[in-house]
Amino acid sequence: MLTTFLQNVFNALQWGSFYSMIALGYCLVYGVLRLINFAHGDIFMTACYIAFFIATALLGAFSGGGVFVFALTLLLTMGATALVGITIERIAYRPLRMKGVNRLYVVITALMVGFILENGNLAFLGASARRFPDVIEKHIWQFGPVVLTNLKVLVILAAFAVFGLLQFIVQKTVLGMSMRAISYDKFAIPLMGIPVNRVITFTFALGSGLAAVAGILFGMSYPVLDPYMGMIIGWKAFIAAVVGGIGDIKGAFIGGFILGFIEIFITAVFPSSFKDLISFVILLIILVLKPTGFFGVARSTKI
Amino acid sequence: MRRKGFLGALLIALAATALFIGCSKKEQTIKIGFNIPLTGDNPMVGEGSKNAGDIVLKALKAQGGLTVKGQKYPVEFIYVDNELKAESAVQAALRLIEQDKVLAVVGPQGSGRAIPAGQVNNDNRTPMISAWSTNPDTTLNRPYVFRACFLDPFQAPVAAKFAKEQFNVTKTAILYNLEDDYSKTLAELYRDSWQAANGPGSVVVFDSFGQRDQDFSAQLTRIVNSGAEMLYLPVYYNFVALIVPQAKDLGWNKPIMGADAWGSADLVPLSKGSVAGYYFTTHYAAAGAVGKTKEFIDEYNASYGYIPDDVAALTYDAVNIVLQAIQNAGLSGDLQKDRNAIKDAMAALRNYDGITGKMNFNVQGDPEKDAVVVRISEAGEFVYVTSLQP
Repeated sequence: MLTTFLQNVFNALQWGSFYSMIALGYCLVYGVLRLINFAHGDIFMTACYIAFFIATALLGAFSGGGVFVFALTLLLTMGATALVGITIERIAYRPLRMKGVNRLYVVITALMVGFILENGNLAFLGASARRFPDVIEKHIWQFGPVVLTNLKVLVILAAFAVFGLLQFIVQKTVLGMSMRAISYDKFAIPLMGIPVNRVITFTFALGSGLAAVAGILFGMSYPVLDPYMGMIIGWKAFIAAVVGGIGDIKGAFIGGFILGFIEIFITAVFPSSFKDLISFVILLIILVLKPTGFFGVARSTKI
Repeated sequence: MRRKGFLGALLIALAATALFIGCSKKEQTIKIGFNIPLTGDNPMVGEGSKNAGDIVLKALKAQGGLTVKGQKYPVEFIYVDNELKAESAVQAALRLIEQDKVLAVVGPQGSGRAIPAGQVNNDNRTPMISAWSTNPDTTLNRPYVFRACFLDPFQAPVAAKFAKEQFNVTKTAILYNLEDDYSKTLAELYRDSWQAANGPGSVVVFDSFGQRDQDFSAQLTRIVNSGAEMLYLPVYYNFVALIVPQAKDLGWNKPIMGADAWGSADLVPLSKGSVAGYYFTTHYAAAGAVGKTKEFIDEYNASYGYIPDDVAALTYDAVNIVLQAIQNAGLSGDLQKDRNAIKDAMAALRNYDGITGKMNFNVQGDPEKDAVVVRISEAGEFVYVTSLQP
């Protein structure tokens, strides 16, 4: 009983890490732009595919894999996915923002961008599932009754590292300060000489880079890729971000783990057909009791 | 004015079509529809089916068509994608029956699509043969619906019997896909026959997951810590590739037994070496095949670069059963009459010698044939272990 419980704590930490990393991307864009970037789950999927191609190419060049290949794949994937994010912002969101349309239209556009990414992938790469290559060798560690893999530990550490990095950027750097400033007042800030568009571009690059970290680790943990893999996990991470308090980095991070823990422990106790039902009822209750989420503050600086 | 012009053009087009159909009655084309998943979660199923169809078509083209009662007819295969969705399979069935006016339909392949599409085909009195659907409901009380494979009520008990003897165990865990009729039915049948043989309480975990799940660690943790001595995993190959490595990561080192949905050419590429040493029940074994079966495998491998899986082999048999039935029944040119005749001829086929075994159809349209157990070797080949009698 205790064994099962301990094992599930680590299962939940791993699964929650993915929700957290994706939720942080939602949170970042929402914080700056007040835009729920529904394409984020599909940017995550795109990152997974980019990582697949980069890792396959690198493994061809440096056979065997290892930490070096992993680090190189990570950096290249982050760069490429950041470009994808910037491109989407440039093509789809910026023209709408320049016209000053209602935020609703931007959200609909985000949904469309998500579908375009999914179906573009389907059309160009075909429907066959792909196997993510083994970038690093897997080791299974037995700690008393609990079984861990090096990958599992890496995923959990990565989630905390990403959170720490983001906190640092937003709280301690000039760019972060600009982001917070735009979040505070989008109209007065250009008067202060802050290049709003450049900061927004940077925000998208950062958000997509986070999706890339999640994407490559997800590919390594759950190595079957398909074009629709980002849809459900994207929605769930969005809900996790809202429960934690969207716009607040700590909130999104903890929200991801809350959802991860709820899902794993519901499945461990109840028949798994109840998993999503009970999980979302719990989340609904949380939101009804605290509509702004755990760390959200109603209508003020969010980020 | 514009509207009138358009209507006129439409009328002329309709008249031309009618004329064309009228003229072409002598040169009747044998049209056979394929209701298969070319996209969706298991596109390899559709690809294998289409490739098998193309091999048959190529052979027919080389002969100049199909000879029916001394006359050669051109043959056309129409491949329609059902996206592995029940509603799309119904749409595809209607399209093939009403728009393409096919004589018979091959597929849908899996039971989730074959059961609803079977209803449509039966209601429209068009013969249909599913190559790969193992659920009894597909053909039950549907005289126009046939299949080319064995059934789950046969597959599950023989798998349970084989697993018990092979691994010498009494406690089993079962993990299945709740959103898939095939997986759910098979899991329940296996549970019942396991409990009948090993007493109550011998199925220690009976758990499920959803179609879009990617993480199975909670279910697998329960299974690993339950004292189960083996795991029965009646799920599609794409889930096998996720579940088996996760189980091993959680410390599972006991046998796993699979079902015929494992038998895809994609299983080993997707799951790498993690499935080596496991067994599953299936319809045919490619390694060590002889005769006609080997000829088919060689031609398929030469054309497409990989060993055909059971869907491809069964589709090859299904198409040939339809063609044989057309040859036996003859063609009158009247679509409905021909469809009825083909149905009767299929039901009357005796000792049809297919590449997946000899077949007789019973009153339900189900063939009576053996199941094969294969072992996945370290090299990723499906090695024949034994044949199990009904």
